[in-house]
Amino acid sequence: MTEISQQAEPPVKSLFESDLRTRRRNAAETRFRLYGMAAVAMGIFALIFLLVSVLGNGVSSFRQTSIELQVTLDEAVLDKTGSRDPEVMKKVTTIGYGKILDQALADTLAAHDIDVSALTPKQLSGMKSDEAPRRLRDLVLADPSLVGQTITFHALATSRIDGFEKGRVTMESAKLDSNISVEQLEVAQAMKDKGLLSMPFNWGFFTSADASELRPEAAGVGVAMLGSLYMMLIVLVLSLPIGVAASIYLEELAPQNRWTDIIEVNIANLAAVPAIVYGILALALFINFLGLPQSAPMVGGLVLTLMTLPTIIIATRAALKAVPPSIRDAALGVGASRMQTIFHHVLPLAMPGILTGTILGLARALGESAPLLLIGMVAFVKDYPSAPPAGLMEPASALPVQVYQWTQRADPAFVERASGAIIVLLVFLVAMNATAILLRRRFERRW
Amino acid sequence: MSIALLTLIILGLSALGYLLGRQRALAAVEGDARKLHSLPSYYGASVFLFTALPAFLTLLVWLIAQPLLIERSVAGMITPADIPAGTTLSLVMSDVQRIAVGTEQLVADGMSETELAALQADPAGLRSALGRLGVSVAETTTPNVLEAAKAYRASASLGHFGMIVAALALAVAGLLISAFRVTPELRARNIVESFIRVLLIGASTVAILTTLGIVFSLVFESWHFFQLYPAKDFFFSLTWNPKFGGGSSLGVWPLVWGTLYVSFVALVIAVPLGILSAIYLSEYASPTVRSVAKPLLEILAGIPSIVYGLFALVTVGPLLRDWLAMPLGLGASSSSVATAGLVMGIMLIPYVSSLSDDIINSVPQSLRDGSYAIGATPSETVRQVVLPAALPGIVGAVLLAASRAIGETMIVVMGAGAAAKLSMNPFEAMTTVTVKIVSQLTGDTEFASPETLVAFALGLTLFVFTLGLNILALFIVRKYREQYE
Repeated sequence: MTEISQQAEPPVKSLFESDLRTRRRNAAETRFRLYGMAAVAMGIFALIFLLVSVLGNGVSSFRQTSIELQVTLDEAVLDKTGSRDPEVMKKVTTIGYGKILDQALADTLAAHDIDVSALTPKQLSGMKSDEAPRRLRDLVLADPSLVGQTITFHALATSRIDGFEKGRVTMESAKLDSNISVEQLEVAQAMKDKGLLSMPFNWGFFTSADASELRPEAAGVGVAMLGSLYMMLIVLVLSLPIGVAASIYLEELAPQNRWTDIIEVNIANLAAVPAIVYGILALALFINFLGLPQSAPMVGGLVLTLMTLPTIIIATRAALKAVPPSIRDAALGVGASRMQTIFHHVLPLAMPGILTGTILGLARALGESAPLLLIGMVAFVKDYPSAPPAGLMEPASALPVQVYQWTQRADPAFVERASGAIIVLLVFLVAMNATAILLRRRFERRW
Repeated sequence: MSIALLTLIILGLSALGYLLGRQRALAAVEGDARKLHSLPSYYGASVFLFTALPAFLTLLVWLIAQPLLIERSVAGMITPADIPAGTTLSLVMSDVQRIAVGTEQLVADGMSETELAALQADPAGLRSALGRLGVSVAETTTPNVLEAAKAYRASASLGHFGMIVAALALAVAGLLISAFRVTPELRARNIVESFIRVLLIGASTVAILTTLGIVFSLVFESWHFFQLYPAKDFFFSLTWNPKFGGGSSLGVWPLVWGTLYVSFVALVIAVPLGILSAIYLSEYASPTVRSVAKPLLEILAGIPSIVYGLFALVTVGPLLRDWLAMPLGLGASSSSVATAGLVMGIMLIPYVSSLSDDIINSVPQSLRDGSYAIGATPSETVRQVVLPAALPGIVGAVLLAASRAIGETMIVVMGAGAAAKLSMNPFEAMTTVTVKIVSQLTGDTEFASPETLVAFALGLTLFVFTLGLNILALFIVRKYREQYE
């Protein structure tokens, strides 16, 4: 320690009483330790803050405000012929159902003595979502015998009333908002007091497709989840066999020469290539050169496969390396060929490690969004893709891209949706990682 | 006969071949498998391979080559007069193809060949018939194009027939030849194993092919770009102002500046926090604390970047704007260099800390013991012995983190803004290379304009940057590891 020679300190008088210098050094020691603790604490705090802020914004998207209405399904409007034939009844568009709902809304409000004189008919009609007539129509077409009856129908409320219920929209913000008026909110408050507004669990969020800019209350992650599922299937089917085959060759069979060196360096570098560069590759190769369709889960799956391969190869090689050489020697000793040794003995023992690595690779691919932006996955997709294999070529969305798309929209209600979609994504990621950890715990072998 | 059915038939033949090969091997030695060179299943597998492989390879090559060959022969029927002004031969050829596919569809829907021949003589009728199938044919389509479509369809169906015959013939021939070659002396296992070996080698070259694909697509399209736009302006101009009408200035510097600035802010946050965490966890923390804190920090690395992006957009951006930028009078934008840098810094903490942790742990214990023995406190040991010994490795970790920061996309797309500026104010919105790659390549743009192609040049810049950093970092880390091994 250089200071010792520089400073002339008074000699230590007692072992029980630390001198100035010792105290200073001990203080520095404590401080340094505190810095370290603070750094770890800040990292963990950032994690908690991140999760809490996303959860706080998103949890409310799992519940959705709806208006309880007594709807009289008038035969004269919905089924003029009286045949109850869905094909004939399809002629009535959502406009017809919208009028029925408006009437039901006015009647219900009148029955509960709620004063709506301050509202224009248009404002009154605007209390419900534009999506509500479509849902009513689907309901009636699925069960034509409902026509002529009076049913209890939970109509989706418009996103502003939903926001009012959840505290996002206030009387003050409504004054500045052209989509909602203070009078409408007052009526909504009165409806809430009479128990007409309810907030059930929002199943539609998981089953419905994306909705247009004007009706965030109807937007869901159904198509995005299906698209992500398709892509994960492609990634699994392609990257697991290719990755395992490549690792077996590199770890067990390849001679140590320049060619294998090049491959190894290559894999290490591929693992660090920015995701967006893979997107450029997909755009140039799969879409421009091979002419595959944009927004298709097939293209997304292919590019995610290329991104996941290095991860799987690295994990598989580690798992193969962990199998002790004695296993191989024993198999070779009783007359098995190299291939038999690998496929009958080494690979089964390495399987838990390989599967763990694969699941982690898939989890990473599931959250990847940058390359998908470039292959046109940001398109507005309203219809479910059909079942595979045809569905793999049809436009679909993906969970992370759906989040991005919603954040690009002006209506603040979409921020809630985006955070809700993130929660769905995180739940999947946690489940996959937990599976990987369980697999490792359950099957890990120490040699 | 569809391709799927053909595949099924070939697979069925191959399965038959497996049974036949196995059965013939066993029959040759009267059921005594010990007299065979290989296990009976290998004889079956070798027949399977000889049946399936040649047929499928032919199928694949045929499927790729046929459209190219037919297109070439049919293209001769199109005269320059058939190509309307403003379009190209390839556009007309795609018309030809659509009409051919459409007429094929008509036949599949139950139209007889004689009806079709009558229809083909009548362009208007054909147009309306195709229109019902959703195949639109332009009014300006010349008779030559219709003729070409007819020829296209004829040779396509001929080719399809030829493909089926060839694939089936090869499968049957392979089956018979290999099945009759089965003798007890045949080295069936070696045949199967060398096939598997080829497959394994093929799989391991996918990595090389990916790299080649990346490099070629980047270089090729960048070369296109530099033909349309002078390289001098791209590399030395200080303005970025793309106009989709033409006459844009596409200087890379504002983007590079934004990228470096955001990455710098991120590293300023991630490096001290990461290194201090690594020191604390490896030198001070009790095993319990370590087993809890280390996985928690590593969760940060597992969170997808879109989550960080949303965090920047919804939480951090407004927070920084309302509590720092506005009171200090530095700006009123919620997306800024500071927002993106701060969030990216959080994301990078585990990248720095995990690698540094490994490296600090690999510093030999004897160095620490020596330092403690001459009376140094733990912090003095860390600062004056462990850190200098671990420094090269830590530098490598920081370089890897920097390469991540430069290539990160979603956080900057959602947090940094879109305005290309050369400014020092961290609370101003700036943009990065990755943001511009995304914005130039999303949306409907044609692939011939420099405004779109510039994204490939930007991608190449990014690739070269990150690759250089990675190679340097890996080199340093590897060099360092050798030092103590």
